Amino acid sequence: MASTSARRSRGWLRTELTGLLFSSPAIIGLAAVMAYPVAASLYYSFCNYSVLKPPTWVGTANYERLLTDELFWTSLWNTLYFAAFSVPLGIIVAFLLALLLNVKVRGMTVYRTIFYIPSIVPMVASSVLWIWLFNPQYGAVNALLRHVPGISDPPGWLSDPAWAKPTIILWSIWGVGNTVVIFLAGLQGVPQALYEAAEVDGASPWQRTLSITVPYMTPYLFFALVMGLIGSFQFFTPAMVMTNGTGGPADSTMFYALNLFHRAFSDFKMGYACAMAWVLFILVVIATLVVVKSSARYVYYESADEGAV
Amino acid sequence: MADSVDHRGARWQRLLAQVLLIFFSLIFIMPFVWLVTSSVKPDAQIFRSPPEWIPLLPVTHVVAGEECPVYEGPDGSRVALIERLPGEDAVLAASLSGDTSPFTLSQDIFGAYEPVREFGLRWSNYPEGLAFINFGQQLTNTLIICLSTALGAIISCSLVAYGLARVPWRGRNALFYVILGTMMIPPQVTMVPLFVVFAKLGMVNTYWPLILPSFLAPGFYVFLLRQFFLGIPQDLTDAARLEGCGEFGIYWRIALPLSKPALATVALFSFLGAWNDYLGPLIYLSDEAKYTLSLGIASFSSQYGSFPGMLMAVSTVMTVPIIVLFFFTQRTFIQGITLTGIKG
Repeated sequence: MASTSARRSRGWLRTELTGLLFSSPAIIGLAAVMAYPVAASLYYSFCNYSVLKPPTWVGTANYERLLTDELFWTSLWNTLYFAAFSVPLGIIVAFLLALLLNVKVRGMTVYRTIFYIPSIVPMVASSVLWIWLFNPQYGAVNALLRHVPGISDPPGWLSDPAWAKPTIILWSIWGVGNTVVIFLAGLQGVPQALYEAAEVDGASPWQRTLSITVPYMTPYLFFALVMGLIGSFQFFTPAMVMTNGTGGPADSTMFYALNLFHRAFSDFKMGYACAMAWVLFILVVIATLVVVKSSARYVYYESADEGAV
Repeated sequence: MADSVDHRGARWQRLLAQVLLIFFSLIFIMPFVWLVTSSVKPDAQIFRSPPEWIPLLPVTHVVAGEECPVYEGPDGSRVALIERLPGEDAVLAASLSGDTSPFTLSQDIFGAYEPVREFGLRWSNYPEGLAFINFGQQLTNTLIICLSTALGAIISCSLVAYGLARVPWRGRNALFYVILGTMMIPPQVTMVPLFVVFAKLGMVNTYWPLILPSFLAPGFYVFLLRQFFLGIPQDLTDAARLEGCGEFGIYWRIALPLSKPALATVALFSFLGAWNDYLGPLIYLSDEAKYTLSLGIASFSSQYGSFPGMLMAVSTVMTVPIIVLFFFTQRTFIQGITLTGIKG
């Protein structure tokens, strides 16, 4: 009797140790590249720190300075502007393309490939391409626009503070291909019987889309919304490459992550950069919570399990 | 009756979809066409306004062993420009046929002549551009990082995912939710302290800061592989256990071989992630001999904006392998995206 329980407890210990051993890369990783850096970053955010000298505690001075830092507010505004346009527009375009692909037309796989490929083009390459494509004088976009009746003076794009952000938003729309593929997978899961029933009832294609497709797709739309929001708060590479890091013209493309990068690695104001990072983190959490909380009202899950991880 | 009306409706719908798909496809393809055509244009052509889509090369004619550009007058007569005469207001030229001895042409007359161009591809943008950014070196650097990252992700994530999915230890759910939770933390939060740590370890300007984290089980891939391992039938692992197979043996001989598609997805996506990464190399690599392709092309773009032909050529070279890779591994791609929703 005693030996059985001893064996059982030894077996329990063994399982426990096996599990720990298998998971050790993640445990070490969580400690080394997550827990410690997160804690250190929080500490630095209350310090003056330039890497060369040890950090000195300054209390909430970094956070107070953020409030009066004009560039901080500019970069926050630019990022919110970017998120407010690029995320919804990206979802609408991706949804529209997925709907079109879902109509059983010939050559569907060819179109799908065409829409998908821009999203795997290396970001540096596509950013460099964008600089030239949207060059006001020599670029293809303005060459085409000049043929459109009524447009004699096409925009200056990246060289015009009013157009620089829209130019970068267009870049992000060009890369919606992976969202298209996700949506298309979702669309193929909508029960065909529902459409047939609606058709019998005389519903138009437009009505069917609104009352069957859209509700079924809300989990996918919601996922794209959350991922898009998180991604746009961290938007960096194209802004850096397209403007040579200046965030210009007139700070119009100085996005939050670009500003943070410069404070950390151009000015070596590590404490200040960490304070910015924590504000970013809090903003991401708030934005995500708002979206998640409100989602209960419009996201439809077929069964309770489907929403769970 | 109702049936035929319905069919007509469906046909119209399909036609409309087809037209819209072609329209959007053209828009999505247009940037590629511009990229590839610009990569074989001479810079002088790229700097023309209005822009031209078709690559054109100046026509030359050999006069006395020298290649001379050909010009065309308003009357359609063609001459080869031998040289612009110094001091005088004239050029030395030769006819293309008949009497080819050189003659001078006053600037007044020559001013109306235009250089003659015809369709041609300036392939030399490629070798020149690749030499300019030290492509061989940068490709090697990039591949070292990409392959190590893929290897690290496969090893570490499959181990952790197996521990979370198949070993019934107590902490597994807690650990899983912690891993999921940390995926929410923006990399900007940990960026500065990680830089400080790697600087203190003397690893700045080495590849370690870019490679090491992939050996510590990045969350996305753990998530993907855990889902996959959960789907392996319990009977299979029980049978192996009865035959005396240890937990590691089951992982190695059953779980891994059964999850080749998922492992391929992890390898592919982490490879692509490293190939694309710009912020990481930008922070950690300062020595130009260590640059990756991302870093090399971005720095080329910012320093030598006046060589767009070469720039487009190296951008094409960085893009084409990814597209080729996509065509060979389409199913792995599509599966990866739909399973996790991560960007490739």
